[in-house]
Amino acid sequence: MFPKGTKRKFSDAGEEAVGGGGGDQGPSAASSSSSSAAAAAARTLTSSYSLQRQSLLDMSLIKLQLCHMLVEPNLCRSVLIANTVRQIQEEMTQDGTWQIMTQALAAAQCPADRLVATEVLCRQTDPAAQAGQSPKPFSVSGVEEGYHSEEVVMDGDVETEVTMSSLSPASPHASSASYLAGPFGMRPCWEEEDDDDEEEEGDCEEDEEEDSEECASEGEEAEQDHLRADSRTGEQVFGTFEIKHPAPPPDPALDELFSDVDPSYYDLDTVLTGMQSAPKMGPYDLLESLSSHGPTALSSSSSCRSDLNELDHIMEIIVGS
Amino acid sequence: MGEDTDATPTLNHHGFLPDHNYVTEADIISTVEFNHTGELLATGDKGGRVVIFQREPESKSDPFSQGEYNVYSTFQSHEPEFDYLKSLEIEEKINKIRWLPQQNAAHFLLSTNDKTIKLWKVSERDKRPEGYNLKDEEGRIKDISTVTSLQVPVLKPMDLMVEVSPRRVFANAHTYHINSISVNSDYETYMSADDLRINLWHLDITDRSFNIVDIKPANMEDLTEVITAAEFHPHHCNLFVYSSSKGTLRLCDMREAALCDKHSKLFEEPEDPCARSFFSEIISSVSDVKFSHSGRYLLTRDYLTAKVWDLNMESKPLETYQVHDYLRSKLCSLYENDCIFDKFECAWNGSDSVIMTGAYNNFFRMFDRNTKRDVTLEASRESSKPRAVLKPRRVCAAGGKRRKDDISVDSLDFTKKILHTAWHPNENIIAIAATNNLYIFQDKLNSEMH
Repeated sequence: MFPKGTKRKFSDAGEEAVGGGGGDQGPSAASSSSSSAAAAAARTLTSSYSLQRQSLLDMSLIKLQLCHMLVEPNLCRSVLIANTVRQIQEEMTQDGTWQIMTQALAAAQCPADRLVATEVLCRQTDPAAQAGQSPKPFSVSGVEEGYHSEEVVMDGDVETEVTMSSLSPASPHASSASYLAGPFGMRPCWEEEDDDDEEEEGDCEEDEEEDSEECASEGEEAEQDHLRADSRTGEQVFGTFEIKHPAPPPDPALDELFSDVDPSYYDLDTVLTGMQSAPKMGPYDLLESLSSHGPTALSSSSSCRSDLNELDHIMEIIVGS
Repeated sequence: MGEDTDATPTLNHHGFLPDHNYVTEADIISTVEFNHTGELLATGDKGGRVVIFQREPESKSDPFSQGEYNVYSTFQSHEPEFDYLKSLEIEEKINKIRWLPQQNAAHFLLSTNDKTIKLWKVSERDKRPEGYNLKDEEGRIKDISTVTSLQVPVLKPMDLMVEVSPRRVFANAHTYHINSISVNSDYETYMSADDLRINLWHLDITDRSFNIVDIKPANMEDLTEVITAAEFHPHHCNLFVYSSSKGTLRLCDMREAALCDKHSKLFEEPEDPCARSFFSEIISSVSDVKFSHSGRYLLTRDYLTAKVWDLNMESKPLETYQVHDYLRSKLCSLYENDCIFDKFECAWNGSDSVIMTGAYNNFFRMFDRNTKRDVTLEASRESSKPRAVLKPRRVCAAGGKRRKDDISVDSLDFTKKILHTAWHPNENIIAIAATNNLYIFQDKLNSEMH
């Protein structure tokens, strides 16, 4: 399920660290002896574990995104994948990896630059629309991992990974933790789309205390400063990632991969909520979503531009600016 | 448990496998079910068809032809539909078939796809009336002037004809995909379960059903668990069980409340903290649940194990059987290729002493609960010539000591999965669905149950 060019980073034997061998096999279990707390600590420090976990996260997100929409996808499978994503996210939050990743990605964001993943995930035909494009953090990192895993590994990013996880940012955890709020991870692909901002904030509030600040997009300036302070860290971490200026030549394999997929898939909101503006609807409770959802967020005529608006909107929420 | 099992000739379900192993999607068998006497065996496939096999009566003259299953009837049960509201196709794949207990000469079965359940009547016609006064042999109206005397029409034997007709259609009651149907022991009601709800039907009433379980959260964002299977107790018409994707079983009593969201008993095995991984929840998801014939035990199947539960003990299973533990280190790959979401079924034998379930590479496993012995067998053309005895198979770890005929874990074919199996209610006859082929194995040495 990886996009073209991915190098498998671990063999099946090494999977035991993530896959959990029956307690008496696998490197992580061996190092943890019998204490699960020690196991957690051991896992946190293992860079291969982080890589594997990230790869699992990417895989899960791709699975959630690429639902074949001719027939309603299997709800049980979607629920299990979403639970896995949630579990990884929670663990990454505890590690501190999550906030580092989102911070770094937000810091690396720049109007004129565009990460490759964005190009891939949001197939653009309109060059003008590409300027001002903001990347989507979780999918960016996911696809980045997929495309540039070789660079990541070869450039000694193993150490970088370790740096990532051991770096507890000096910045306050509070605002970082609230990155967890918002669509990602809490809005699996069977949900109704909530275009209403209040509803989104309400959802956030369920999960984290600081959500309301994030979602309400307050303290914009303070957030920007905070992000800029961390930008150096982000650049260090993501320095090996390719950052492209204007459009790279389209990758035929990628085009083939996404050729028969409705472009509105690339819309983050669509992906997470299973809703599409096109006639083909997503699964689960669409009857209800039909009544509550209107084409309010999609104001522009071209679907690409509307996708961008959605992305900007989501980025604002996640980045908190 | 006898290990010597004769193989009856492979009954090719539909079409045939060319050399390059191309399989027509529509021919993939999706459910297998014996009726209550074991005389009939029904299979459903992805193309919405149902094929019923009937066991030939044992012939004393030819001992080898005793008890073979031959095609009795084939019919199209469900057609593909299109949900215009959601712009989605509704698959015609038959998810489950359940026979009703026979009450007259005709047989009745329920078949269901994702959305609609149908009740089919299967009846035989082996006589036809002859000697009408007003019609001639071809059915043309006679010229009355040629009729000189009256005759009473008589029934004459004819070639056996099996007629199948839909008697009821139970539609529009499920928003989500139906995964189970189960006929109640009262023979009047049955239930249908989808991912989030269970409905109770009366067999005679098609425009109404009662919702007895609803686990849909008010906010779909909070959805973390779905219903995976459900079944009525074989003797107590008020009890039923349903399983979830989190590995729990809930026994519910319909006498307690109209809506059985609150369970009477919750069966759950505490998680082993040492074995915890990102895949723990996925592999704990129960894919099938079956009451024993006695009604005393429950058999469940999750991805790597089969478990027997005592209805009186909720804290942990009575017995746990490892079906293919060698896959435990391969969970990440199996997650990647989606095999980890395969739903294997399980089955009891008639005396509840042996349980059976399928695996990959066209292997299926049987576990004897009394002797604790188990066996792995393969359902394939190559390994089962007619009348041949099935040879036990063994899967060895990659790189481990290999005996002749052993197969290594890395050589397993994960596209050949045996998801659907059934056991004759009284005898040692099993039906195994391997993709688009149906295998029926009989244990000639030990035909009675013990």
